[in-house]
Amino acid sequence: MNQEKIITVNNLTKEFGSFTAVNSISFDVYKGEIFGFLGANGAGKTTAMKMLIGISKPTSGEATVAGFDVKTQAEMVKKSIGYMSQKFSMYDDLTIKENITFFGGIYGLSRAQIKEKTAQLIQELNLQDVADKLVKSLPQGWKQKLSFSVALLHEPKIVFLDEPTGGVDPITRRQFWEMIYAEAHKGTTLFVTTHYMDEAEYCDRVSIMVEGKIEALDSPKNLKQKYNVDSMNDVFLKLARNIE
Amino acid sequence: MKLTLNMSITVQNISKSYNKIKAVETLSFAVNEGEIFGLIGPDGAGKTTLFRILTTLLFADEGTASVAGFDVVKEYKSIRNCVGYMPGKFSLYQDLSVEENLTFFATLFGTTIEENYDLIKDIYIQIEPFKTRRAGALSGGMKQKLALCCALIHKPKVLFLDEPTTGVDPVSRKEFWQMLKRLQQKGITILVSTPYMDEAALCDRIALIQKGKILKIDSPINIIEKYDKTIYDVRAKNTYQLLLDLKNHPSQYSVYAFGESIHYTDKETEFDSDTLKKYLEDKKHTEIEIQMTKPTIEDVFMDL
Repeated sequence: MNQEKIITVNNLTKEFGSFTAVNSISFDVYKGEIFGFLGANGAGKTTAMKMLIGISKPTSGEATVAGFDVKTQAEMVKKSIGYMSQKFSMYDDLTIKENITFFGGIYGLSRAQIKEKTAQLIQELNLQDVADKLVKSLPQGWKQKLSFSVALLHEPKIVFLDEPTGGVDPITRRQFWEMIYAEAHKGTTLFVTTHYMDEAEYCDRVSIMVEGKIEALDSPKNLKQKYNVDSMNDVFLKLARNIE
Repeated sequence: MKLTLNMSITVQNISKSYNKIKAVETLSFAVNEGEIFGLIGPDGAGKTTLFRILTTLLFADEGTASVAGFDVVKEYKSIRNCVGYMPGKFSLYQDLSVEENLTFFATLFGTTIEENYDLIKDIYIQIEPFKTRRAGALSGGMKQKLALCCALIHKPKVLFLDEPTTGVDPVSRKEFWQMLKRLQQKGITILVSTPYMDEAALCDRIALIQKGKILKIDSPINIIEKYDKTIYDVRAKNTYQLLLDLKNHPSQYSVYAFGESIHYTDKETEFDSDTLKKYLEDKKHTEIEIQMTKPTIEDVFMDL
């Protein structure tokens, strides 16, 4: 794996009043890596991710994403990343083409670039017949694949995927992961949260957050060896058992 | 299908369409009293439509169904009194506290928290420390426990749980299933849906459902044992390249990523894993491991 650091996090902390949601976490993510960011509900994952994508200011500590400081250069961070989540993906009442144009514009692409990217994307995803149909008419799995491609429109160095595959059938889920692999192969870094523990095993490395801290960080293989269990699910249960 | 008295839920040729879209298509199955029956399938499979028909919130276009011996159309009022329903979307009152929500549902059914406290005790004690907190301010796992308490407070005979564990972390999921097992021991029939294939193994019987149709009904063990293909677990250093190369193997039947490894099945009955190993070595793969492995519900589902 490439050892060039694309995300660096040092003692990153976020407090809400007297509650410490993220408690001095530190880690690095490398270029071209698929990095799994796991944790129980309420462990602080979303808060940490919000700081990394530049929409929430850390209380203390530092983080850089694609070389930019999340505190002082948040706008540059936003320009260098792609973001996709199951909850927020595409506008249902716009057509597929309109969605691509809209997000292309948001990401600052020129008209010519948008035109070229739209044609390319529609061809790659085989959406020629439905390009002028409303997004809401697409099956969920297609929406998610399209939404991932849209997050890549501006060729970001890092893409944040926040529970990208909830409720998707197993075949589509795998096709989605193949897209993730392919993208990592091109050198893009993927930062992924998921509740599917088998998906955690597709990651190069995973971190597990428990009550605001990172309790474990390693490759799935090493974690399973360390905790002497057969699956990431068991690793997770061992680490997070004392929650709630 | 045979109709017997100890069937808690019967569904016969139920169909429902929304405009041109067929949400469920001539579904038939029956659930025994005291059984945990799972509907396993992705979004859009028709699970929620079926739940709404069985809980008398929606009319089917065709077919008949009964719950606890009552017809879902003619005797809908009787059904509403004896079933508990936890919809997929959190639908308690966000602005009422934990305790107020529970009292509200108990009162609706003409009962009190005290009267049926035994049934909810195990679950309720976990959220009792937060009983004055607004339901909207609870964490995901706690919301789900409260919703389950509210669905149980009138001591239902049949419990309908529509994706109770979606978006819930593995620890809370595990606890939730332990609670279901305890409710089953108290004689409650449970129909539960989930998109998580690993939860299928926790049900007595399951129906694999996709695009409005049931693909298979059986016990999880039988579904796995009756699967007739041999699955090989293949690993190599570069997983992505391995996936691409396996897909190009001439006699491949299916190639799916499964965690750290890849599940491979071959079209040839005379398949020899050494041939595959040589093929991968020729493609410059290193650290190759090929082993036979047991199928999972997910393997079976993907082959249907």
